[in-house]
Amino acid sequence: MTLLSVEGLGITFGGLKAVNDVSFKVEPGEIVSVIGPNGAGKTTLFNMISGIYQPGAGRVVLKGEDVTGMRPDLLARRGMSRTFQNLQIFQAMTVLENAISGFHLREKGPVLADLLNLPASRRRSREAREGALALLARVGLDRAADREAGNLSYGSLKRLEIARALAMNPAVLLLDEPAAGCNAVETEEIDHLIAEVAASGTAILLVEHDMKMVMRISNHIVVLDHGEKIAEGAPAEVSRNPAVIAAYLGTEEGADADG
Amino acid sequence: MPKLSAKSATLLVLAALIAVTPFFFPSGYYYRVGALIFVNGLAVTGIVILTGYAGQISLGHAGFAGIGGYACALAPTHLGLHPSLAVVLGAAISAVLAWLVGRPILRLKGYYLAVATLGFGILVAMVLNNERALTGGPDGIAVPDLGLRGLLKDWGLELTNGQFWYFFCGLVLLAGAWIALNLHQSPTGRALRALHGSEIAARTVGVDVARLKLQAFVISAVYASVAGSLVALQNKFITPDVAGFMHSIEMVTMAVLGGAGSVLGAIFGAGVLTLLPQALTVLAEYEQLVLGLVMMLVMIFLRDGLLPSILRKLRGTGE
Amino acid sequence: MSEFLQFLFSGVTVGAVYALVALGFTIIYNASDVVNFAQGEFVMLGGMITWFAHAAGLPLPLAALIAIVATAALGVAINKLAIEPARGAPVVSLIIITIGASVFLQGAAQLVFDKQIHSFPAFSGDRPLRIGGATIQPQSLWVIGGALVVFAGLWLFFTRTLLGRAVLATSNNRLAAQLVGINTNFVMTLSFALSAGIGALAGVLATPITLTAYNVGIGFALKGFAGAMLGGMGNPKGALAGGFLIGLIEALTAGYLSSTYKEAAAFVVILLVLFFMPQGLFGRKSTERV
Repeated sequence: MTLLSVEGLGITFGGLKAVNDVSFKVEPGEIVSVIGPNGAGKTTLFNMISGIYQPGAGRVVLKGEDVTGMRPDLLARRGMSRTFQNLQIFQAMTVLENAISGFHLREKGPVLADLLNLPASRRRSREAREGALALLARVGLDRAADREAGNLSYGSLKRLEIARALAMNPAVLLLDEPAAGCNAVETEEIDHLIAEVAASGTAILLVEHDMKMVMRISNHIVVLDHGEKIAEGAPAEVSRNPAVIAAYLGTEEGADADG
Repeated sequence: MPKLSAKSATLLVLAALIAVTPFFFPSGYYYRVGALIFVNGLAVTGIVILTGYAGQISLGHAGFAGIGGYACALAPTHLGLHPSLAVVLGAAISAVLAWLVGRPILRLKGYYLAVATLGFGILVAMVLNNERALTGGPDGIAVPDLGLRGLLKDWGLELTNGQFWYFFCGLVLLAGAWIALNLHQSPTGRALRALHGSEIAARTVGVDVARLKLQAFVISAVYASVAGSLVALQNKFITPDVAGFMHSIEMVTMAVLGGAGSVLGAIFGAGVLTLLPQALTVLAEYEQLVLGLVMMLVMIFLRDGLLPSILRKLRGTGE
Repeated sequence: MSEFLQFLFSGVTVGAVYALVALGFTIIYNASDVVNFAQGEFVMLGGMITWFAHAAGLPLPLAALIAIVATAALGVAINKLAIEPARGAPVVSLIIITIGASVFLQGAAQLVFDKQIHSFPAFSGDRPLRIGGATIQPQSLWVIGGALVVFAGLWLFFTRTLLGRAVLATSNNRLAAQLVGINTNFVMTLSFALSAGIGALAGVLATPITLTAYNVGIGFALKGFAGAMLGGMGNPKGALAGGFLIGLIEALTAGYLSSTYKEAAAFVVILLVLFFMPQGLFGRKSTERV
């Protein structure tokens, strides 16, 4: 069964078709990248898949279930997790607490137990804490665990966001420009991390501007321009596709190819 | 030496303050002022959970204090309940009302919550003022004795009325602070602080944002209700002012003045704002002016509140 | 029937005041996304300053003008001293700041003026007009007319003048407005002046009927907000319609259900709107950007 299937997804903002009739599939363990020029609708597409925007048309199917426009917290229960282009970190919490929050679905319990600090509540907290520490070690942030997240460098925050998303042990992970604003070393670290996560069976859906990285790690690439899918396929195919080249160069033919 | 957790440290500081301050009281009157600070501190601890942890605001929490207070006046005479059970009944009614009012509102953004809670508080005060037959109207109503002081006397512990309420309210405040601190470090507390930081990110890790906000709202309503009950029982009398708009505003101001993010800070704020009018009786005329000014100045210049800012200065981190 | 008509008249009269308050909310909300809880205090100040100046011997029109100008100036001061320094602060902080401003103005009003209830003479006498078996005060016509004139004026300002369009542009996209050279700080100043002035005007027009005191502001704010929300937050047409509707609902509640609890009507409307149509009558669903 296909893990995630996007079928004819579209949305309109004030009469403007931001995304129109986009379809593709993601299989377990696969790295699928969505690329396209600025304003092509990549983040909007992500926001629809992850339930932040209500799609105007089309369906999102996760593990055979129609989850179109479902609330993000319900999607999380069904195994979808994501990161954000413009970081959504809990700034006032420590790095460790940020990572622990990724375990929310596993650590939550009766509120009364939490209020009274009952052993069950303490045990849930402890387990989440241990899991979070292991994850922080995996992304190289274990030494910053007790620092306030707001004080971390941009690249570290990017990794922290990935760690938080991984804590949910998702079936599919949406990464919105994980390497944006990172230096070469950080990019390579994130690159390795993504490959490692995919190898463990989690499917990755990636929006990224760093073409070298996209070509290196993707199994499959979907190209958007002006909200429409203009090409898809393996990295080598896509990079030779004239419509894709035109879209990136912004020529007249490119505009025609949007059709 | 093992490092003291923030929770234990806060509780120890509070307990020490409650135990030691009476040695410096020039007269018995100060027990009353102390008890008032503790009751306000309790209500404000509830605001910490709602505003400091979850980032939501209520401009009508005095309404819940009114419900708690009038439960202690009415339930013993009309239902034959012992005053201590009336406290529980008031808290239960407050919780149910908070749940009913909060459910539609908390799905929406801050302004709506502020306005709806403002309206709720005004409504409660209106009912208390208008239903004279039951509540005695604006003149207020008598509240029966809790009876605990007599019980303690039978057991050989003799306290003046002022002393009794000072230590009793102090203990309740300690319990309230303990619960709020438990919550802070618990899964629920983390989820509340997470949705405060970024609602959208909290949702993506699976936090049911509306449900958690509602929980915080209900819990904080219970704090306000119990505080209202304690005021009524201590004074053996209650008027609708306890549910008034200005009382709601006072609660919020105390919390943000001291620092809504920390239990100790908020209680500190409650102390400052309770003592201020006692220290400067000439200020009575200026009370609203000062309250309004404090709200604006703190939010513009000391957004974390007084206590966190002072602590930072003391540590000299300059962060 | 004549009874119903009577309730209708009184509903439309207070509704016009609420509509003016709702319009004031809308102007500031559109320019800055701030809900100004001190909006009701502008109504109070309009009434109180006029009473004070009139009692001091000034002719009523001059007293009213002074009240409106002074309140507009206070609105600008609130923006400059309390809202602008907190730009970018979380919503909760802005709520506390504007509530603080509201409480502060109340406190100032009871010091500068007093704690009594006041009024001043109606503009066109007290002799009620008879319409269809019901009566209406001439002052009611002043209030209703005032609301309609202000709405028409705002409409012309926002659609026909360059300045008005600049305000609209700012409300659509602050950054873009700055980029095309609109002075967004000036737009904010203007919005607060306009909003406070309109609030004060409402106070001037309504006081002969509703009376005024230092603490009437919060009630006007609550009902004006209920009106703005019922109409759809940010929509001037909605604010006008919503304000009138709240007034009608209140008057009918007072007439047919309970005069003690007419004040509760606005609150019940707020809850019902939140339950069933949070975007209001004329509002659009908004999409949050991340």
